[in-house]
Amino acid sequence: MAATPMNQLSALVNNMFATGLLDEQFQQLQMLQDASAPDFVSEVVTLFCDDGERIIGELTKLLEKSSVDFDRVDAFVHQLKGSSASVGAQKVKNTCIQFREFCQQKSRDGCLKTLDSVRTEFYDLRSKFQTLLQLERQIQGFYPK
Amino acid sequence: MAVATETPFHVLAVDDSLPDRKLIERLLKTSSFQVTTVDSGSKALQFLGLHDEESPVSVHADQLDVAVNLIITDYCMPGMTGYDLLKKIKESSSLRDIPVVIMSSENIPSRINRCLEEGADEFFLKPVRLSDMSKLKPHILKSRCKEHYHQEQHQQIDSNSNESSNPTNNSSNSRKRKAADDEILPQTNRLRHS
Repeated sequence: MAATPMNQLSALVNNMFATGLLDEQFQQLQMLQDASAPDFVSEVVTLFCDDGERIIGELTKLLEKSSVDFDRVDAFVHQLKGSSASVGAQKVKNTCIQFREFCQQKSRDGCLKTLDSVRTEFYDLRSKFQTLLQLERQIQGFYPK
Repeated sequence: MAVATETPFHVLAVDDSLPDRKLIERLLKTSSFQVTTVDSGSKALQFLGLHDEESPVSVHADQLDVAVNLIITDYCMPGMTGYDLLKKIKESSSLRDIPVVIMSSENIPSRINRCLEEGADEFFLKPVRLSDMSKLKPHILKSRCKEHYHQEQHQQIDSNSNESSNPTNNSSNSRKRKAADDEILPQTNRLRHS
């Protein structure tokens, strides 16, 4: 199978579904994209990535403090969980659920460990999203609407 | 008076999360609604012409520039929650017939019941989907029937008595100013959740 942008895009998206990175909510987003909103997926994904980056930054700062405000940490994790759910970022969402449990338990170690997982998963997802969007742009370039 | 059928219904969507606002806006537009999004309860009240007052007494809304046919709001927001916003809307004689839908990422029965008891018409679990959008129009149409009914009742009372009464709102396609006529009829709250 030739590695055309379209094939690459399919392979990438399929892989993201197969590995549990994405769930069917992402398909809902794809369904909402059409000629009247040709950049919808790209826009939502970009907003999610910017938002996620901001939240992870805040979480890092909060967990560096000698005395951790777990309520604030939980509030930020709740935000990230919400936006991951909205874009279909299943893995990140599930890690956020675990993260909230550590917040309830007021476990600093648990939170720090989970923050590391969230960060790794988020950056992995983000880089795949960036590739996905690049491929989409290439394809749109071949077939201008 | 019949509404021009070409005029789309206008939904005010309230959510502090930017990706979620983008999503709900797209869902609503795809379903042929006109959409305004705001990122907080206080901005929603401003848009609706209400000032954020502590007083539980009915506040008369300033004239809305654009009619709002339904409000959909996230529950968890910093400052004013969706529940707080719902309460303020229901306390306002001019806004309380606007259907309100609450969205939440958490499936907490006590939360859902509290919202429905306070007068929310519907509760959506996030992430909201396209299939949820079809549940909105019935609430809008129901509230318009109520508005027509109130107007008819009011006109009847006008013709039956010699007293001057509150001026009725003749343009039925807007929520621009509502006469305080809800005391004529008991308020019917159809409690239903998805």
